[in-house]
Formats: sequence, structure tokens, C-alpha cells
Amino acid sequence: MKLPDAEALCEQLAAELRPRIGPKSAMVGLYTGGAWLAERLHSTLGLSTPLALMDIAFYRDDYAARGLKHDPKRTKIPFDVNGAELLLVDDVLYSGRTVRAAMNELFDYGRPASIALVVLADRGGRQLPICAQHVGARVQVPAGMRLTLQRADSGKLALALESERAA
Amino acid sequence: MQRNPQLNANGELQHLLSIEGLPREILLQILDTAESFAGVTEREVKKVPLLRGKSVFNLFFEPSTRTRTTFEIAAKRLSADVINLNIAVSSATKGESLLDTVANLSAMQADIFVVRHASSGAPFLIARHVKPHEHVVNAGDGRHAHPTQGLLDLYTIRHYKKDFTRLVVGIVGDVLHSRVARSLIHGLTTLGVPEVRVIGPQTLMPLGVEGLGVRVFNDMRAGLKDCDVVVMLRLQNERMRGALLPSAQEFFKHYGLTEDKLAAARNDAIVMHPGPMNRGVEIDSTVADGPHSVILPQVTFGIAVRMAVMSIVAGN
Repeated sequence: MKLPDAEALCEQLAAELRPRIGPKSAMVGLYTGGAWLAERLHSTLGLSTPLALMDIAFYRDDYAARGLKHDPKRTKIPFDVNGAELLLVDDVLYSGRTVRAAMNELFDYGRPASIALVVLADRGGRQLPICAQHVGARVQVPAGMRLTLQRADSGKLALALESERAA
Repeated sequence: MQRNPQLNANGELQHLLSIEGLPREILLQILDTAESFAGVTEREVKKVPLLRGKSVFNLFFEPSTRTRTTFEIAAKRLSADVINLNIAVSSATKGESLLDTVANLSAMQADIFVVRHASSGAPFLIARHVKPHEHVVNAGDGRHAHPTQGLLDLYTIRHYKKDFTRLVVGIVGDVLHSRVARSLIHGLTTLGVPEVRVIGPQTLMPLGVEGLGVRVFNDMRAGLKDCDVVVMLRLQNERMRGALLPSAQEFFKHYGLTEDKLAAARNDAIVMHPGPMNRGVEIDSTVADGPHSVILPQVTFGIAVRMAVMSIVAGN
């Protein structure tokens, strides 16, 4: 099946986000794919606040069943979350559990004025009442497959399908 | 072949009993995870929800302030409930056996036992008898091991020196009675430190210590020459039996770390000490409070390392 072009979706998202960027806007990317996308959007939009990167490993709801993820990255939020208008960026929106975990973690840093969710691809299948405000594309994913974002050495972003078992 | 008692059937860390026998990948997993937890300890809300609803029992059969407190802080920052038992003044003195004590606490729905005991091997004994969902973390057993101290020392060394594979590390003092030294030596050799030295009087060296892959020095200046890392050990008065030493003053003269002796080490050497320090016995105040000292950062790193250990074992 043909997947949308991630580079084109990045441009489309940046154009869509530009009108809502204000002095209190700040961006948070979720490791790993969301961080790549956030790096791209953050530089394209020229946000003045530094980019925040989050690993939600310590907030996952499947810790009891699956244990702690190997090598969680260190969350770095280099601005005051209180009162910020946050753009929370992830690559693929699926069950919504990652976003819930991310919001829980964000609120341990402060009380943002607002959070808007930005994703490159929405594959449906929500298990929680969460929706994205800015979606690059809606993508149908065959059962048993995962939709992931990949980054080439050149920095070029691309969507890919892989077997869930391989992950 | 008998399975490593610390690992589960998938080779994951289930209990932390000693650094000896742990593969390099698990040591690095703990250090990397601790690095992420260090971020949590720097922010306003120093708490994550990982161990919400879990109970951590601090079982200290031997007195301790720093280790017990940092385990307690670590468990609380993981949102666990913490129960501190000072067994030295409790059931054991009434005659209850170690395993009966543990069985009773298990009946109170324990998830993690943090154990310090004067007898080497006590945490291993407990680990063999706990239920599958219960985890044991050794907080120091006799002269044998103190793995979380060893891990926080490794974390500290990596924090300041980045790369283990080019270092000269000198461990100074009462190696004979030191579980800290033993744990650290195993960790350093597993992570590829090319030269680990133990420095001290022959009477305070364990027999056959060379077998751990270390060089022995009885002369402190020769031992400290070109060291990147100097780890001072506490002179363990309470573990000292018989005439191993003439006097504390005599010890300080030969093996106390002074600015003068430290000059033999590299200019950018770091000085570590597991605490509690005996100022004027194994370390001079000018060094303990001086620019090379990373003794207080060690304590802070210890919290992140213990958070990493507890969250890894409780998830496996």
C-alpha cells in the first residue's frame, strides 16, 4: 500500500500551525518519532522558546504488565510550562495512551494554558477519549502492522509499515 | 548449570543482590535509566507514578542513615509506600528468624524488600524464599556486597569521566572489610576499566585480591600516580578485630588522603567517598571539601540510581 509522503505532510502541518503561533507558544516532542517531527516543525516555524523533548517511559500505563522500557531518554523541558500554550507533537496517533501519559507528565512540570495535539498520521483505533487538533494524514493500517516514522541519515523523514511482532 | 539468582528466566534483573555476575548490558541499562531519573529529581514535582500502590519494605538489620534514607527517598519518588523497619531493635532481638520476619512482611503485601544485614549472603537467602512478584535489593551484606553503592560510584565516574575504557581508578584504604570496594571492583572490570588499583596496608588487603583483576599498592603515592579517580574507603572501626592497625593517626599519616598525596594523581582527578567520612583518619578536610571532591554529588546520584534499580526489578 502507498503511504503519504512525510516530508509533504511536515510542510502542510507547518503551514497549518503558523497562524496559531504566539508569544506563549512552546513545542514538546515525544521520543522518538515525535521528537524528529518536533525538531523539524520547531525550526521551520522558528519558535522562540527552546524545544522540549519527552520520554513518557515513567508514565506508561503498561508498566505493570511489561516492565520498564530499556534506555528511557531523559525528558528535557527547558521552559516554564505554567501558562504556556503547548503544541504536543507525536508521529503516529493510535490508542491515545501515549498522549495520556504525556499529559500526565506535563502536568508534573506545571499547569499549561492549553495543549494542542499535533500528529503526522492518525491511524484510528483510539482506546481513550483523545483527538488531535492538527493531523497530517489519516492512514489505514492493516491488522498486525505498525505505522512508524523513520529518519534517514540525511534527515529525511518517511512513514513505514512494519510487523507488530518485529517491534 | 544453576541460574543466576538475580535474573529471571528471560535474563532480566529480578533482584539486585551483587554486581558480581551481572552482565555489562544490565549494568549499562541501570546507569542509563538512572540518567533519566536524574532529570526527575531536578524538577519541581520530583515524583513519577511507576510504583504507585506498591510497598517497599526497608529491612535494616544493621544501622544506616544515608543508604536507608536515599532508598526511602527513591521509593517515594517512584510513588511507592515505604515502610522502614529497624530490625536491630525489633523482632530479631525477640528471637524471630530472618525468614519468619520476611514471611510476615510478605503477608503484609510487600513488593520490594531492601535488605541490609551484617551476614554476607542474607539477601540471597531471602531472594530464594520470596514469592515470584516480590523483589529483593541488597543494601549491603556483611563484607560481601553493596551493589547500589557500587552502581552509584559507577554512575558518578561516568558522569565526570564519560568513558570507562581509558581510566585508572585507585581504591584506597580498608579494602579487607569493604563491601563497597568489592562491588565497585566487579563493576569497573565488567565495564572495561583497564586499570583498577587497590591501595592500602597489607593487613587490610583481602587474601588473593589480585584475582579480582586489580593491582595492589602498599605505597599510597605510588598507587595514586596518574589516577583519574580516587575512591577513599571508610576505616571500618566497627568491623575491626584484633591489631590490624597501630592507630588511626598512624593510618592517616600513611593512607589519609591529603592535598599533598593527591598531587600524585592527575590534575583533573575526582575524589569519591561512600560516607560516612572519618575526617582526619582516611581523608583530610581540605580534600573532602576541595575542588576535586564529588562526595556530595555521589549522594544525589544515589537517589536516581536506586530509583532505576527499584523500577527495573519491580517491572520484571
